[in-house]
Amino acid sequence: MKTFDYASPATLQEALGLLGRFTGDARPLAGGTDLIAQIQERRREPDVVLDIKRIPECMRLSLEKDGLHIGAAVTCSALIAHPAVRERFSILAQVASLIGSVQIQNRAGLGGNLCNAAPSADGIPGLICLNAQAVIAGPKGRRVVAVEEFCIGPGKTVLGRDELLVELLVPEPPAHSAGSYLRFIPRAEMDIAVAGAGSFVTLDPKSNRCKEARIALAAVAPTVVRARAAEQSLTGQPLTTSAIERAGDLAMQAASPISDVRGSKEYRLELARVLTRRTLADCAKQLGISL
Amino acid sequence: MTKKTITPTINGEPKELLVDQRITLLDMLRDELHLTGAKEGCGNGNCGACTVHLDGLSVDSCLVLAVETTGRSVTTIEGLAKGGALDPVQAAFLNNSGMQCGICTPGFIMATKALLAKKPNPTEHEIRTSLAGNLCRCTGYDKIVRSVLALTKD
Repeated sequence: MKTFDYASPATLQEALGLLGRFTGDARPLAGGTDLIAQIQERRREPDVVLDIKRIPECMRLSLEKDGLHIGAAVTCSALIAHPAVRERFSILAQVASLIGSVQIQNRAGLGGNLCNAAPSADGIPGLICLNAQAVIAGPKGRRVVAVEEFCIGPGKTVLGRDELLVELLVPEPPAHSAGSYLRFIPRAEMDIAVAGAGSFVTLDPKSNRCKEARIALAAVAPTVVRARAAEQSLTGQPLTTSAIERAGDLAMQAASPISDVRGSKEYRLELARVLTRRTLADCAKQLGISL
Repeated sequence: MTKKTITPTINGEPKELLVDQRITLLDMLRDELHLTGAKEGCGNGNCGACTVHLDGLSVDSCLVLAVETTGRSVTTIEGLAKGGALDPVQAAFLNNSGMQCGICTPGFIMATKALLAKKPNPTEHEIRTSLAGNLCRCTGYDKIVRSVLALTKD
């Protein structure tokens, strides 16, 4: 394995200063469950590993007026254990408990899951469903990018080499809303999604029709994608079996999967349809709608 | 080769070590400290044979850098038995034959220890889910699960 330098700055300023000074490839380290494995397997050979776990902003997990702040290095276990996350951001607790084993969840978090930018990332659809924003710090200050715009290809993000993901900001879900994420894997747990779907529905309580639907698909395109035609088909409609079936059919339009060892293109398209239907049906159940 | 001095606590003992920045916690435990209970199975977080506790939480030590452990507490399988007496989890695995070749056993015991600290009376389903990050290629898991069930009160 190639030699690298390890730095663990105590402040964001210090971290940004280091990132600005390094000339080689610097990789931020949060849980390390992707990065350290990639280094061991020589898929990445950074010159510097920048541990962000001493930076207070990156370890923050708190519910504020503007939403839930999830520091870039907050672990899945911390999310699962947080009562407000479980009650009010349940789709995030749901995805956090799907990522890897307990050992992995004790290290890995949604920030790293996002920055690793895998098309199959289980953490990303839930964040997109909840309209999460990525707060990025760089030499010119902070900028905010919607999570759905953050990944630009497999392993590629909008982060500049002198920038750092500080936290995810997740607005509080509106009343009368529900979210659900499902992935398909051939095993019971500990596997990478063949495909995944996250759905989030907000109802108009007067008419009991969908005010808004957000659907995000994993492992069916180079990045996690929104199924916009499916979302639009639900807007203004009651959440019925036929509306859900139509949304599932339309979700396939957003999918452009490849065939690989985990599944064929055709199989993934079918999974996009089925998982969209099932997550929408789960949303309906949570909202007290019997189908 | 760039080295760094780190000060972790290993099995309750404060240590000062000079380590290569690129080595994993697992390599440090095995090669520098000669604590060979934690094993390398896969080296990428799938098998759990290298499970240790980092500040009381179970982690795959193959996916932790040694330098990350400065100021933190690491417990390995070697830290469980006290004064020649086995830890109850070790005794339960022994009494219920929760092992065959033994390679995965330290990892299973550390994962079980962390599970029971969080949830003293897990159901069989919770045990199987919580131990999903530990692979055993001999037992078929049944005797491992029975060993853990023997530690629950119900």
